[in-house]
Amino acid sequence: MSTSDQDLVDEGGPGDNWQQVQASPEFAQLRRRLRTFVFPMTVLFLLWYLVYVLLADYAHGFMSVKLIGNFNVGLLIGLLQFVSTFLITWLYVRYANRKLDPVADKLRADIEGGAQ
Amino acid sequence: MRNLAQGVEGSNPTLNIVIFAVFVAITLVIVFRASRSSKTASDYYAAGRSFTGPQNGIAISGDYLSAASFLGIAGAIAVNGYDGFLYSIGFLVAWLVALLLVAELLRNTGKFTLGDVVAFRMQQRPIRAAAAVSTLAVSFFYLLAQMAGAGGLVNLLLGIDSDWGQNLVIAIVGVLMLVYVLIGGMKGTTWVQIIKAVLLILGALAMTLWVLGKFGFNFSGLLQGAVDRGGANGEALLNPGKQYGKTGTSKLDFLSLGIALVLGTAGLPHVLMRFYTVPTAKEARRSVVWAIVLIGVFYLFTLVLGYGAGALVGPETISNAPGTTNSAAPLLALELGGPVLLGFISAVAFATILAVVAGLTITASASFAHDVYANVIKKGKVDSKQVEVRVARITALVIGALAIVGGILAKNQNVAFLVALAFAVAASANLPTLLYSLFWKRFNTQGALWSMYGGLVVCIVLIVFSPAVSGGSKPMIKGVDFHWFPLENPGLVSIPVSFLLGWLGTILSKEHDEKKYAEMEVRSLTGAHAEKATTH
Repeated sequence: MSTSDQDLVDEGGPGDNWQQVQASPEFAQLRRRLRTFVFPMTVLFLLWYLVYVLLADYAHGFMSVKLIGNFNVGLLIGLLQFVSTFLITWLYVRYANRKLDPVADKLRADIEGGAQ
Repeated sequence: MRNLAQGVEGSNPTLNIVIFAVFVAITLVIVFRASRSSKTASDYYAAGRSFTGPQNGIAISGDYLSAASFLGIAGAIAVNGYDGFLYSIGFLVAWLVALLLVAELLRNTGKFTLGDVVAFRMQQRPIRAAAAVSTLAVSFFYLLAQMAGAGGLVNLLLGIDSDWGQNLVIAIVGVLMLVYVLIGGMKGTTWVQIIKAVLLILGALAMTLWVLGKFGFNFSGLLQGAVDRGGANGEALLNPGKQYGKTGTSKLDFLSLGIALVLGTAGLPHVLMRFYTVPTAKEARRSVVWAIVLIGVFYLFTLVLGYGAGALVGPETISNAPGTTNSAAPLLALELGGPVLLGFISAVAFATILAVVAGLTITASASFAHDVYANVIKKGKVDSKQVEVRVARITALVIGALAIVGGILAKNQNVAFLVALAFAVAASANLPTLLYSLFWKRFNTQGALWSMYGGLVVCIVLIVFSPAVSGGSKPMIKGVDFHWFPLENPGLVSIPVSFLLGWLGTILSKEHDEKKYAEMEVRSLTGAHAEKATTH
């Protein structure tokens, strides 16, 4: 296909080999590793957020139960949203550094080395 | 109530202006220095991709923590209690979408704009035109909100309540912003955002410690203070539902808002463009991590500041001040540290508007010059990159002028409504197409067009016929009522519709480019042949 964007044409690259790389077992491994982490995690945090929004929206009584002093269930679950966000961020970075980057770096070196 | 003759009582407008002028002077020097090494298109649009992850992360938080975040959320918590806190959670959790699904893949695939990514394996011209239309729409609504907010702040902090005086200050803010954008490009704008973010976060930290100190670092005691000051209904401040819990419709409206907030961030063009200012996908990842930490910590500060303003200033005083809820944080600063702290916080609030507006303008102008001018009008055959950058600068000038005029006209409009609108449009018009094109092999041109234009049109039509525009409690147009859509926020309907249209448009068209998809997928995951940083 001819693309009309000058920027994307003049960069070279392996041409037809993109499909070869895409079909390689190493690339399949990289894609599987990425997707098996980010898709379930996205579903998880969106559901957890939705549960929180629905509770805050429709379960006022439950959210108003006081735990310690004036600190109630609503504040606890709200702050747990912060905790889960920080936790998922940390887990993803650790996973990407260990499981994704080494494979991606090797593939990139192969592709860019082969084209030059 | 909002047009009292004086600004906040005890405020010293001259001091506020002097502190702000110092900020402007320092940032202008930095912008001029940054402009010396700014030559190519990559310099102008993406700061030569030379910022580090942490620097970009701070700049992202500077871009994201707008006046709505700082003044709006603190004020909402002070007056409406727990319901104000819900905004910050939506704004924060939204960053996980950007981290897990968008940032790195976008950095690996694109060059300057959203259009680069969604048009990668599609027919270039129609997709780039659509991406530019939705980028300009989102940027314009967001710009309008910031400029309208500037008008309110002027009244609040400088005590200028005459019409021409406020218009003049809006015009000055607009012109200053253009100076940053035209001279400094993305590099200058990024430095302004970094400086502003540091000042804002340090200022908020100092005030948070101060407030907590007043209550012996006992958070429950602080809450009790807010309850006591809140009068007969004070206890309701601790629980959800004070603002949104009144009727079934308002509860549904809150759900709609919550969905738009969490899905809108990763579709905001000025946030997406920031990922191009770092050299690699790994740095893009680091920048999101920094942004998440800074934004998260900042929202924890606003929780303390909001209840602190409720306890120390009182919701009654805040609601009766010029600027109503927006005045909570400035009034708290005055209560704590007198006119000097108020002057500092006021200057930071102005700097916030300036930096956010500059980021939006550069994004909108890049989208027009790179997507519409270079690729749609000139079909990718621009004589030189210098010409494209010149077009971007002229576009920035036009957008700046529009922002000034729009800001003057929208001065008395509901700011929160405009920001929510920008998030809803971003979540409806941009995010579905972006996710489909990164992850769905079968996705094609027709699907992208249906999703982008369909999402945009449904979103805007529902807003025009919503109670926010006519017939509601604080409508944009008073005296008439033509609303038939019950919710103020359209996200609950428009986001699923856009996903559905993207799917339907795709399966009804046979077009599918296997080769280009292979290239896009491999490049997005490995970073092979991604745009490199320029060296000077």
